[in-house]
Amino acid sequence: MTAVNPTSSPSLAARLIEGGAHQKLLAFASLILLLIGFSVASPNFMQTSNMIAILQATSVNGVLAVAATLVIITGGIDLSVGTLMTFCAVIAGVVLTNLGMPLPLGVIAAIATGAFCGLCSGTFIAKMKIPPFIATLGMMLILKGLSLVISGTRPIYFNDTPGFDLISRGSLIGDVIPALPIPNGVLILFLVAGAAAYILGRTVLGRYTFALGSNEEAVRLSGVNTDFWKMSVYALAGAICGIAGILIASRLNSAQPALGLGYELEAIAAVVIGGTSLSGGRGTVLGTLIGALIMAVLTNGLRVLSVAQEWQTVVTGAIIILAVYADMVRRRKA
Amino acid sequence: MTQLVRMTGIEKRFPGVHALKAVSFELDSGEVHALMGENGAGKSTLMKILSGIYPKDGGELLVNGEAVELDGPRAAQDLGIGIIHQELSLMNELTVAQNIFIGREPRLRFGRLDEAALNAAAVEIFRSMNLNLNPKTIVGELTIARQQMVEIAKALSYRSKVLIMDEPTAALNDAEIAELFTIIRRLKADGVGIIYISHKMDELKQIADRVTVMRDGAYVGTVGAAETPVSKIISMMVGREVTNEAVAVPDLTDAETVLEVRGLNRGREIRDVSFSVRKGEILGFAGLMGAGRTEVARAIFGADPREGGEIRVHGKPCSISRPSDAVKAGIGYLSEDRKHFGLATGMDVRTNIALASLDRFSSRFGVLREDAMRKTAQDYIGKLEIRTPSDRQEVRLLSGGNQQKVVIAKWLYRDCDILIFDEPTRGIDVGAKAEIYKLLKALAKEGRAVIVISSELPEIMRLSHRIAVMCEGRLTGILPGGEDTTQEDIMHLATLRAPSMQPEGYKQ
Repeated sequence: MTAVNPTSSPSLAARLIEGGAHQKLLAFASLILLLIGFSVASPNFMQTSNMIAILQATSVNGVLAVAATLVIITGGIDLSVGTLMTFCAVIAGVVLTNLGMPLPLGVIAAIATGAFCGLCSGTFIAKMKIPPFIATLGMMLILKGLSLVISGTRPIYFNDTPGFDLISRGSLIGDVIPALPIPNGVLILFLVAGAAAYILGRTVLGRYTFALGSNEEAVRLSGVNTDFWKMSVYALAGAICGIAGILIASRLNSAQPALGLGYELEAIAAVVIGGTSLSGGRGTVLGTLIGALIMAVLTNGLRVLSVAQEWQTVVTGAIIILAVYADMVRRRKA
Repeated sequence: MTQLVRMTGIEKRFPGVHALKAVSFELDSGEVHALMGENGAGKSTLMKILSGIYPKDGGELLVNGEAVELDGPRAAQDLGIGIIHQELSLMNELTVAQNIFIGREPRLRFGRLDEAALNAAAVEIFRSMNLNLNPKTIVGELTIARQQMVEIAKALSYRSKVLIMDEPTAALNDAEIAELFTIIRRLKADGVGIIYISHKMDELKQIADRVTVMRDGAYVGTVGAAETPVSKIISMMVGREVTNEAVAVPDLTDAETVLEVRGLNRGREIRDVSFSVRKGEILGFAGLMGAGRTEVARAIFGADPREGGEIRVHGKPCSISRPSDAVKAGIGYLSEDRKHFGLATGMDVRTNIALASLDRFSSRFGVLREDAMRKTAQDYIGKLEIRTPSDRQEVRLLSGGNQQKVVIAKWLYRDCDILIFDEPTRGIDVGAKAEIYKLLKALAKEGRAVIVISSELPEIMRLSHRIAVMCEGRLTGILPGGEDTTQEDIMHLATLRAPSMQPEGYKQ
């Protein structure tokens, strides 16, 4: 047996570059640079209230990006995360406002709906062998349409459900430490991200998520029921979209059925900036969180500097291309 | 008759391999010259040099009596040398004529294409081949045989005087082969020289004028096709002495039959294959490329569908429709292509060893016990002497032999008592090969049933207790292992187009 020799391991820097950590470091460094840059440019930027606004803005996109991360690591893609989020919000509205059921049931209904829709996408992909891009594109349109149909194209308000808006806008942390009024939405984002990171790193489901993206055929030939695990990943991603649905409905205190389109691209952008490979097999939730934060900081900072909204979109696009290019350069060297 | 091609003393080296050693070959106009040899004898390498795909490292190449240096496929084309690869390289969505003239389309002004001239030129070529084919047909709608005709037409469109055909009949049925031979005879009459690579003896007798045999990258000899008996050609191909020690065949008459396959069928690839393997036995599967050995293994394992056939494991019928069913029945399959089908190469050794058995390492809530995984991985790293800095090393960074050991460890840990090894030593260096052989023998001695598929006859002869030989999807015979079976016996069965035995005859 060859002894494991820890002393011969390469330098810390080399190991960080070797692993996926390099992209995460790069993303993290970019985030810090952005923060410093904007604080120098504008004294209003680094205020607690603005920081909290950034975090709040990250929460929904961040949760969606976590869902997208899971799917992208399997080598797939989910274009339906945005409209699924809206659909789940509408379902919560129907359960709480139209049917007048208690708050926990609305939350459970939204998450269950998300999981079920994710399972449908997963079934199309795993059993019917429809390419993920097409299957979830179809799902995206179906859900957008269903949201409008069910709601009668009108927003559903949660005025009859006291406390619903507190799910996102209240602050449990602020109640304990008044100086740090971090909204619950942000707390939920971190809880979801933590749970997803744990599942990816420590569970069978997580290991198969990476293995599917790394070499699906080898996994199948190992006697693993790849269809089942793939469907599970999509269902889990769907459930997380359900959580995002609750978050956004709570923040707006209403389910807006026309919302949702475009969120999937922002989520995928955050995943990519965070260093997860679109070809599957590698990626981290932490990277995705940083990616989502970068996008929120950029939007917020440019707004603070009074840059026109149109230009913010242009900058975001450029950042995505830069981030993926940096990733390519790194991998070519490796 | 003029000499079209003359190759003398051709040398080619690849890193670690002396692929061609002073090889000679010549081709006259109006001749079909067959090039024969076992897999890996160097036929394809020689033809790639002639068609400008590889540069030669030494020797002389004369085309039409003049020494030439080919610096690319284009240069060979310009000299009238065309090659038709085993894998057809046509664009299925384009028409016949568009395929033939791809990259050389006749144009009108402003970059518009002249489809009329294109189709007319294609018809012109078909007429010279005496072939009736509509140039506007979409290639994907043609049979394989017709697609091959399109390839030939494409080669002829370069005014080829030399046509290299690499196993042109591999995918054809008898009627289609007859059609192909008609075209070949016609080209011959027009003075085209044809180099014909094939493993099928009966075809050579029908179509070839001369036969050149290669072995281990060296030239063996050239003989006339008509007057030389098949057995002589086979012995030229095999030639080499079996230097490895003979296998000791254990007496397994009382051993349990672990796996029994009856009447396995799928289209033209697998035709009525029946065999059985006993506990502790190594059954070798010999045959030339495309004989259907991998297809049989994948069908048994449930990786590909099958149309008919019964699989019994430990005497009980076993319905296998997916790999997970096979694994539950205790069958493990080690693919010839480890990188694509065996390993998640971007993941570490530990995960790959546990990949087929992650359920054993998880708690009730699906949380993985990394400690147990690490212990198991390190256990197998020790037992199989896998050379890796640690169990966290990504397997893509290991050598071929060590990657193979990781795959073996995966199946050993899964407790598979039937192991199918498909080309277990492909891409593995000589030293590591011996280790893999030792491991396979030890597995059989432990009481596992081992099936080894290999294209290398010495490997088959060194390992197998019995040798099953396949040709064109059929099991053409099962030979006893040991010294009494010669490579000639195996090659005879491997080139036998019709079955010499009825399936009932295989049972032991």
